[in-house]
Parts: sequence; C-alpha cells; structure tokens
Amino acid sequence: MFEVPEDRKYLESHEYATTGGDTATIGITDFAQDELGDVVFVELPGEGEELTKGEEFGVVESIKAVSDLYAPVSGTVVAVNEDLFDAPELVNEDPYGDGWMLEVEVADEGAFDELLSAEEYRDQTE
Amino acid sequence: MALRKPPLREVHAARDAKFTEFGGWDMPVEFDSIRTEHTAVRESAGIFDVSHMGEIEVSGPDATALMQRLTTNDVTLLEPGDSQYAMITDDEGTILDDTVVYRLPDDEAERYLFIPNAGHDEQMYARWTDHRDEWGLDARVKNVTDEWAMFAVQGPDAKDAVAATAEGGIGYLSKFEAAYENVVGVRSWVARTGYTGEDGFEILCPVDDAEAVWNAFVDDHDCQPCGLGARDTLRIEMGFLLSGQDFDPESEPHDPYEAGVGFTVKLGKEFVGRDALEAAYEEGTDEKFVGLKLLDRGVARHGYDVVDDGDVVGRVTSGTMSPTLGEPVALGYVSTELAESGTHLRVVVRGQEKRAKIVSTPFLD
Repeated sequence: MFEVPEDRKYLESHEYATTGGDTATIGITDFAQDELGDVVFVELPGEGEELTKGEEFGVVESIKAVSDLYAPVSGTVVAVNEDLFDAPELVNEDPYGDGWMLEVEVADEGAFDELLSAEEYRDQTE
Repeated sequence: MALRKPPLREVHAARDAKFTEFGGWDMPVEFDSIRTEHTAVRESAGIFDVSHMGEIEVSGPDATALMQRLTTNDVTLLEPGDSQYAMITDDEGTILDDTVVYRLPDDEAERYLFIPNAGHDEQMYARWTDHRDEWGLDARVKNVTDEWAMFAVQGPDAKDAVAATAEGGIGYLSKFEAAYENVVGVRSWVARTGYTGEDGFEILCPVDDAEAVWNAFVDDHDCQPCGLGARDTLRIEMGFLLSGQDFDPESEPHDPYEAGVGFTVKLGKEFVGRDALEAAYEEGTDEKFVGLKLLDRGVARHGYDVVDDGDVVGRVTSGTMSPTLGEPVALGYVSTELAESGTHLRVVVRGQEKRAKIVSTPFLD
C-alpha cells in the first residue's frame, strides 16, 4: 500500500538513504509522511555539518505531532533541500522525490550495512 | 483499562480513519488529512463523531436547584429548548470541567441534559448524585452517555445539510437553541451549537440508529468526515478551551476568570465555588488565558514555556500551525501584566527562544 523503492535502504524509524553513489539522499518514507499527516515545518542541519548514524539530525512537525529525525548513515551534509522551508508539504506530496531532505557525503563504505532493505522495511510496516 | 468505543468505531475503521486515545475513548483522529478536513469545515461542511462526549439527564422537582448549585451559569434563564455554556467548579472555584447545559422541552417539569467532556461522565454523574444526597434534593440523575451517539455537523453548508435531513426543518433554531427532530427518520436531539466557530449543529441520536444518520450526511449531503485532529485545529483558531488541556484541576488548575470564561459565572446565585470566585473577581487574577502568534519559524505546543527576558512568565497549553492562516498560533497562560495584546514575548521551542506576540482571540477575523 505504501511505496518502498528498491534503490535505497531504511531505518526502523522510517528514514531512507539512497544507495549506489558517493553521496546519499536522505528523507522520510511514504509510510512516515502518511503517519505524520500534513507536514508544516522541517528543521534541518546546514551544509558542512556532520551526521552520526542513528543520532538525531533534525525535526519534522506535522499539524498534529512533532517527530525527531534520525540519521540512517554517518557523513557530511553537502546539500539541504531549502524548498522544504517554504513548502514543507513536499514531504507529503513526494517523500522520495521533491520532498528529500539532505544530501550527505557518506563517511565509509560499510555505511549501509545495518540498514533495512526495501523488503525488510516493507515487512516492518505491514 | 480497555478503551471505550464510539458506536461507529468499525464504520470509521472501514473508511481507513486513523485512531487515537482521547479521554479513555478510541476515537477517529484523521480520515483524510487534517488540512482537508479543516478546510471543508471552514468552506463547506464537515461531520465529526463526538460520541465520546458525555450525556447526563437531570429531572425531578429539584432538578433546577441541583443544576443551579453545581454549575456556574444561571439555568433559570433557560427556556425549554435553550442551552448555555457553563463551568463546573470546586469549592476553590477551580474548573473541573466545562459543559453545555440544555433545558429539555417539557411543559410539565424542568428537565436538563448536560454534556461533560470525554471521560468525565462518570465523575460528573457521581458529583451530581453525591451532592443531591448530601443536600437532600429530590432529583433523578441519569448517565445516558452509552445510549447516545453524538455528531457535529459544522460549516457554512451545515444548515442546508441538516435542513434537508430533518423532517420539521431546523431553520427556526437560533444559535444555542435545540429541539427534538426526526433526522432521516431517527428521533434526534438537534442543537445549533458547535466547537468550530462556524455555523453548525450537534445531533444526538440513539446508538442503534447512528450509522444511518452518519451515512446520510457523509454519502448524501457531502459532509467531509472529520476527526479529532481537525476539531482541535478549528477550536484553537477560535481560542476555545479544551478540558484537560487548557484547564485541568490537577495539571493546569484555573478559575473561570483566569481561563477567560468569566462570562459564564453568575455570582448572584449560590453554587459550589461561588465565594472563592467572588474573591477572585474582586482581587483580579495573576494569570490570563491569551492567544499567541509565533513570529519565528516553529510550532508552539502544549507545555512549552513562555519567557520574557529569560524569565518564565507563562506556558503554552495548546498550539498548532493554523491551517486557515498558515501561521503558528498558540493558547496559554501568561502573567496578567504581560497579557495585553501586542506584547512581545518568547516561546521556548526545543531549547530555542522563538519570538511571539500576544494577540486577541479568535485568531480568525
């Protein structure tokens, strides 16, 4: 019922990171945006800041709730989706596309090892 | 403890509603999206299942005396079919719950129905019967919460929708008036009341017929099903109090003057809390319930501190991003000397001070 693309890996807390390049794009899943409802505010780190896998890197607020964001991988932020500051609803409309949050230069090659595959994540949300 | 279920719990589940626990009830919080539901109520019509609200009937020779002594407003002002907003206070004048009191149409006797908030029906039933016995009054008190479903049909098109379903029409009802009408053939208590700031009706119908009534509004009269999420954003935009959150005898004790509902207090009659409230009225209050608009990016929520020059001067009790205004708005208490509209304060959001300004409510024009 919820979209779970194969070209990325997932955290139990519903963040994704794209695989297959030197940088990973990070955001929240289709399931997560649906659970949150209308997203109204996103707080993200700036370019150059370091993320540590499993630790908080920001906050997403919907009308009804506030939720911490956890880093699926460690690395350096190289791009921030500033469109979300004026149009946070992009997280609802296109969580895997225009609703992306950060682009991160991945710290090491094993960064994705402990993340869930699309299939494993799908099992978790069913 | 098992959650109480509204009669249409499974009907809502079949429509893919999301649920939340509220006041001990398992209630639909969202059907489509809060924004969609909120907009429908502001621009056309929405229907809420509010069967978690309590219903208590009071009748008998001393019904009026009992109601008069346990609520702050003056029930003797009510003609049959009228209603009024009132507080239920303790000896110290602290609000225990807020309620709407209806006088039921009965030529022979004075009978009342009042609506405690979700999860307060048993407590209020006990309060009414205990005081009746203590005072030796002759009144019958009946908790009928589980016999009735309650729906709120709200929005600029609500009147047309309710008129089309009610046999006798409802055009004769003014704001705060109510009557028994057959709604899609179901004998219901129809009141022109609500909690959204829009024109609208609250409909009490027997549990067994609830589905027919709900479906008529949703399927035949284009009312958007709405959950408690939109109910909350709509009432916050109006500055309406939520029991248990904007006041609560344990966690947020306030008297009606602090809470901005002093207009419901009639000091010229005897009631529980009267003497304390007369003193509070004369002395003035330390804190006031106000509206706040955040000027910085962020959302203020329940429990966040309000500060001035680094000192805590109050706290947010309700807050959200207003779907209508697209701005973060909040309700809460601040020191009376800082409560004037236009005062600049700060709200602490996750350790960061965000600029905020006191504004008058409702937030909407």
